Amino acid sequence: MKKAKTNFWTKVYPWILPVAIIVFWQIAVQTKLINSQYVPAPSAIVAQAIKSWQAGTLQKNISISLYRATLGFIWGGGLGFFFGLFSGISALFRATFDSTIQMLRNIPHMALIPLIILVLGIDESAKIFLVAVGTFFPIYINTYHGISSVSEDLLEMGRSYDLTNWQLFTKIIFPGALPTILMGVRYSLGTMWVSLIVAETVSADSGIGYMSTNAQQFMNVKIIYLCIIIYALLGKLSDFMAKQLEIISLDWQKA
Amino acid sequence: MNLVEVKQVSKAYGKNTILDTVDLNIQKGSFIALVGMSGGGKSTLMRMIAGLEEATSGVIVFNGHKVRGLNKEARIMFQDDRLLPWMTVMENLTFANKSPEKLAKAKELLELTDLTEHYDKYPTALSGGQRQRVALARALMSEPKLLLLDEPLGALDALTRQKMQDLILDICQKQAITTVLVTHDIAEAVRMADKIYVIKDQGISGRFDNPNYTGSADEQRLQRDHTEQKVLDVIYGI
Repeated sequence: MKKAKTNFWTKVYPWILPVAIIVFWQIAVQTKLINSQYVPAPSAIVAQAIKSWQAGTLQKNISISLYRATLGFIWGGGLGFFFGLFSGISALFRATFDSTIQMLRNIPHMALIPLIILVLGIDESAKIFLVAVGTFFPIYINTYHGISSVSEDLLEMGRSYDLTNWQLFTKIIFPGALPTILMGVRYSLGTMWVSLIVAETVSADSGIGYMSTNAQQFMNVKIIYLCIIIYALLGKLSDFMAKQLEIISLDWQKA
Repeated sequence: MNLVEVKQVSKAYGKNTILDTVDLNIQKGSFIALVGMSGGGKSTLMRMIAGLEEATSGVIVFNGHKVRGLNKEARIMFQDDRLLPWMTVMENLTFANKSPEKLAKAKELLELTDLTEHYDKYPTALSGGQRQRVALARALMSEPKLLLLDEPLGALDALTRQKMQDLILDICQKQAITTVLVTHDIAEAVRMADKIYVIKDQGISGRFDNPNYTGSADEQRLQRDHTEQKVLDVIYGI
């Protein structure tokens, strides 16, 4: 009985407020409490989603946005991990690169947009590059921090048990740094979507951002809302996936 | 026959001399204790025997060979258990080598340390005493010639501590493992060791042979108390 009650509170309760907001929103638009010209009813947004899906534009734009986000994340996150890893384990590497990376980190990456357009144009590479820049720094910082804060006592224990450098890395350094690295992954997934939205809003002829900008020109408020909701859902989905990865790989923390 | 010979060993960190021309012989199969005040150099001496630190001068000979770098035939058990929290008990024992022989050895040690039912648990799910038993089992995995105990029981409650002392003594005696115990607890040293060395004033200030006490329980307790008092007198310079 107590377990069922706990299940209700953990699974159902967090959804009560969003559902209540949607219901209130629907009623407010239908009773003309809110002007539907600026705030369309949730049912109208769902109808628009079905219409766009049937026309094939919705899935096409979602696919291209996902492609840009994924590729940018792989490049940016991969390089961030590589530089963070070596900065964490090699004093020479850290001395060579860390100051420069920390300096670049303080440049708002949106400030790079004019330069990116000038150098890379407005094709796919520009958008992927901007997402990569946005995801690089959170993963770099967290990987570097995670690796360099692995307990010296555990490392000494590993050395005293005659572990090779590779064993030290796989058995102690990487697992010890993993919670911090995964925190960086979650944070960079957030910056991934922000970078993508900006990239697609500034210069694109496809993608969710383009769909939204295009709808603004045609005063189609329903599509603008639909795009905002899709961004929110994709953001939530990626965060959920990162959280599942944390649950699977850090199950020892729950013990 | 000596397993370890510490010859004229000194250790200094910058201008701060911790140990000055120390000589110490540890016989094969013996159980010795190093006692003394904090910062006196007990753990430093042990770490040099383990090869985790280098002597500033002098030599340490282990089983006929000069210790250079890690002493692979010695295993150290630290004050904090230093178990890997992301590995289960079994994985903590076999993390360096997962061969079938090592798995069998790990099972045997888990049985010996009464941990068989906990083999798949993570360290955070174990009590302090259980964690130290895992650390002991891990130290014994490679069948070391020398077991170095760096105040491993310091954080345990009195009852668990006594049980651990009995377990360590039992294993070391049965397997004839030469053991060095570093401890603040004089009673623990008297209870466990054959010989007690007082580390003080950068060297060894006293050595006590600890006989097998005879007579009734009360008489044995009195004899132990007497030895403890003699050790304390040297530590406090009385």
